Amino acid sequence: MSPKKSGKKAARNEGAAESTAASGSASAAPEIVKPLAGESYKGLRRVVITGAGTINALGHDVDTTLGAFREGRCGITQLSFRDVERLSIQIGAQVHDWRPEDYFNRQQILLYDKFTQFTLLAAKQAVAQSGLSFVGALGLRSGVILGTAGGGLNTWDENYRAVYEEGKNRVHPFVVPKLMNNAAASHVSMEFGLRGPAFTVATACSSSNHAMGLAFQMVRSGAAQVMLTGGSEAMLCFGGVKAWEGLRVMSKDACRPFSANRNGMVQGEGAGVFVFEDYESARARGAEILAEVVGFAMSSDAQDIVMPSAQGAERAITAAIADAGLNPEQVGYINAHGTGTAANDKTECAAVAHAFGHHADSLMISSTKSMHGHLIGGTGAVELLACIMALRDGVIAPTIGYQEPDPECGLDVVPNEARDAKVDAVLSNAFAFGGLNAVIALQRV
Amino acid sequence: MTDTIKSRITAIIAEQAMLEPDQVTDDATPEDLGIDSLGLVESIFALEEEFDITIPFNANEPEKSEFDITNMGTIIAAVERLVAQKAA
Repeated sequence: MSPKKSGKKAARNEGAAESTAASGSASAAPEIVKPLAGESYKGLRRVVITGAGTINALGHDVDTTLGAFREGRCGITQLSFRDVERLSIQIGAQVHDWRPEDYFNRQQILLYDKFTQFTLLAAKQAVAQSGLSFVGALGLRSGVILGTAGGGLNTWDENYRAVYEEGKNRVHPFVVPKLMNNAAASHVSMEFGLRGPAFTVATACSSSNHAMGLAFQMVRSGAAQVMLTGGSEAMLCFGGVKAWEGLRVMSKDACRPFSANRNGMVQGEGAGVFVFEDYESARARGAEILAEVVGFAMSSDAQDIVMPSAQGAERAITAAIADAGLNPEQVGYINAHGTGTAANDKTECAAVAHAFGHHADSLMISSTKSMHGHLIGGTGAVELLACIMALRDGVIAPTIGYQEPDPECGLDVVPNEARDAKVDAVLSNAFAFGGLNAVIALQRV
Repeated sequence: MTDTIKSRITAIIAEQAMLEPDQVTDDATPEDLGIDSLGLVESIFALEEEFDITIPFNANEPEKSEFDITNMGTIIAAVERLVAQKAA
């Protein structure tokens, strides 16, 4: 055995040798599934967004969050929770001034983990904006698909502490219904009477994009008339941050995506929820349309459990554009995955540069994680707000914390200050650990 | 004592690389040994556990970390320094 082929990496990839050998350099053309010539999506329904809600480190609603995007305000601060002094990573984008008793009664607080609380708050805002009521037949034709990576992680953390550290032999009867990953989706379905498809997607950092993509496909195909969708994460507790520390990819001071001196990601928490609705029914009832969802694609790198692949990302980007029936030149803005790690940012820029060719130099790409942190399974949902702002308001959210150009990230990353610009179509990227990529395309209506 | 530390480090890295300890030479880089980024983080964790030390290492900027991972020789020297600091 030669030294090059030894080691855990080789052991991990045993059985994948053929595919590894087959994958070429970053510049090799990926295989793209394009619609057949003359094929259109006539007959499929158009899908629009008629409501949006959020809570995250930048604010407890959409307007405050978009205000922060315009100002380039940072939500990352010193973390505050039990045992934080035992962490080597002490910063995060924590939801500030969170008082669940302002929104929920005592019994609900006993039953809702923080990730469910965040979800319900965002969902109520989104449904209120849409003006929809799901009483009667519409409830039967409506559902909810949400993304989360950790689910009720605070509940796991608190109860493990109780039984292992404090030696207790009894836990609260609601531990399981609180911590399960589908708890938020189920409570949303109960809150609004959504009796159609309801489930949760867990694909790490792509969870929300996968969830929203599936919701889009359901409305487009006619399987549902309205879908609530998005995602949530509440991983900022001792165990949640301690686990991430282990990988040594976290920054101790700031999230600086695409900047040459970036030194890692910063975790965030919160939720984003949207109302995806059939265009004709939204028009018929005179709803305000925030944006149209026009395309979605997903791909798997099938390569490495943590290292991203430019080809896998590029395949998802290119396929999302094709699914939307767009020309690449129509895409004016991309909300990047942009984690601020060495590996993601250069891989993502290579993927975008190769997918768009010359047009990559004309489009804008920014990472709002520099402001709201990385919400892991909820991140794509909060980032979709920046896409809506770009299309509807003509304001491109910046990448803040940008200090030094990196030749390996040589795109227009909208450094530090928001920019006024009219764009017609946008993408939102999500590339997860496990090599799972999910890209959504939106367009102005 | 130094030899003992060195042999313990070599044993840990050899296990990670799935090699015999005598194949892990001082001039070998992690790449030479077939240790990728995740394997490196795993090796550092194993060294921390073995010696009860904290190794300053950020995978995003390995060249800026105080812990020099150029090759086995620099890794051994850095661990020996941290063990000595802990004893002091």
